Amino acid sequence: MSTIAALTKPQILNLYRQYIRTAKDFTSYNFREYFLRKARRDFRLYKDQIKTEEDALAKFNMIREELAILKRQSIISEMYTFDKLVVEPIKTPK
Amino acid sequence: MLRHTTTRLLNNISTRNAINRTTIAAALRVIPTRKSLATSATKSKAKHDEDIDDFKLVVHTSADSKPAASKKTAADASSPGSNALKYAYQERSGFGTRPIYLDVQATTPTDPRVLDQMLKFFTGLYGNPHSNTHSYGWETNNEIEKARENVAKVIGANPKEIIFTSGATESNNMALKGVARFYKKTKNHIITTRTEHKCVLEAARAMKNEGYDITFLNVNEQGLIDLKELEKAIRPETCLVSVMAVNNEIGVMQPIKEIGSICRKHKVFFHTDAAQAYGKIPLDVNEMNIDLMSVSSHKIYGPKGVGAIYVRRRPRVRLEPIISGGGQERGLRSGTLSPPLVCGFGEAARLVREEYEADSEHIKKLSKKLTDGLLSIEQTTLNGSPIHHFPGCVNISFAYVEGESLLMALRDIALSSGSACTSASLEPSYVLHALGKDDALAHSSIRFGIGRFTTEEEIDYVIKAIKERVEFLRELSPLWEMVKEGIDLNSIEWSGH
Repeated sequence: MSTIAALTKPQILNLYRQYIRTAKDFTSYNFREYFLRKARRDFRLYKDQIKTEEDALAKFNMIREELAILKRQSIISEMYTFDKLVVEPIKTPK
Repeated sequence: MLRHTTTRLLNNISTRNAINRTTIAAALRVIPTRKSLATSATKSKAKHDEDIDDFKLVVHTSADSKPAASKKTAADASSPGSNALKYAYQERSGFGTRPIYLDVQATTPTDPRVLDQMLKFFTGLYGNPHSNTHSYGWETNNEIEKARENVAKVIGANPKEIIFTSGATESNNMALKGVARFYKKTKNHIITTRTEHKCVLEAARAMKNEGYDITFLNVNEQGLIDLKELEKAIRPETCLVSVMAVNNEIGVMQPIKEIGSICRKHKVFFHTDAAQAYGKIPLDVNEMNIDLMSVSSHKIYGPKGVGAIYVRRRPRVRLEPIISGGGQERGLRSGTLSPPLVCGFGEAARLVREEYEADSEHIKKLSKKLTDGLLSIEQTTLNGSPIHHFPGCVNISFAYVEGESLLMALRDIALSSGSACTSASLEPSYVLHALGKDDALAHSSIRFGIGRFTTEEEIDYVIKAIKERVEFLRELSPLWEMVKEGIDLNSIEWSGH
């Protein structure tokens, strides 16, 4: 039980921040927006619906695994880039 | 020099598994895109060229798909209207040029999570899944069986009932030809509908040449078949009924459960083409009495080139294989499976199940917004039943606008006037014809596909763009002027030349 109790608020917030940061690294507009939307949804569900600590840990690990996938895939997305979509503002280089 | 630093960077990243974002971003920022290179070429040509050679990092959009190229030809072709037509192309400076993708019925983008599953088969897990003498074969076979289970779970089937194929077209052919040929000694009749996908219709036609009798059921103006008519069409020598679950052009959902129970009652096999339905609407092969089901991977954010057919085991459906060979896939579909494709499909199936609620809710919300927005334009109609309808496929007719010209004016949105297979020909959609729409209306219909990766921002853009351009094209149309003046177009006697 002690390991489960170790899941603290800063840990969850940290995971959330990392997920958002990684999602923003996707160069594809649609993937980026989707994972940002998913992050908000997942963590809201996490806050509202998960009651037991086992569930919390399981969900936490699931999101962490997905984060690892996103980290790999966002790098690939940076290697194979495409033109920006018509709804996407082109950022002027600093 | 630069190449070495980055390779080392990437190596560090993968080994430590801790990504130093700022460093890699800094390293990558040096690399210009093709476009920025063009503008700044004169400034610092030598330096940038060197960078490009080092990284081989280019924009992978091919140049001829850019709207600029097509715009030029369109403007050249119609010189008098060229200024006016220019208006039809949305040009927003400071924004990208790639069109919004709204054609998810044709195919969907591959989910990055699916690609992540697939990559390991290209890098290390290369064993033949049918090699059972060594671990290379065992490990890929394990992965394939996991994928099979994920694919089966979506439709409540047993993994043993899933046969992987090259796609829904092959599955449909296998169902129609395979079942009919196996039972040819006693049965020679197939029932299908007029709104099926081309591959079912063509397979049925091929069976007609082999001496089978085919009944094509009509649909009503809503796109639905009449269950009484179906029951009447069933004869003692009927071997198969094939009705698609969700139509690819109008998104109409047929009453699969009712059809299933009719077929079971008459002891006829029931095949459904669920390429557009799988993972998007609730499907259960046992509850719905489905005996065969065709499924495609690239409609559910999986890789292209793979699909599956569900073949019931109890009561057993027998079919003659189309492809003979080593006896893989229960002998029904020989040939080595492609582990990357099959496992990509498996992961995509797992994801559609996991994300079902979130995806459906998202699609429903965007679909309602789009439908309401477009139907607020006067003289527009939604094709197909609004109730028995999958929200991700919205087919709308814009009266007095020619569909192809509207598509030409919508270079910034990737749309289709119907199925990808038939859009090359200029003939109006046979599906809309079957619904009783006239040629003119069938020609002015456009299909909008909404999927997991469509955003609200895109939908807002699309509604605005369509409103503007429909209005613009109607301004040019003399017919529209007459309609505006209240002249009934049917009352006009057109003089011949």
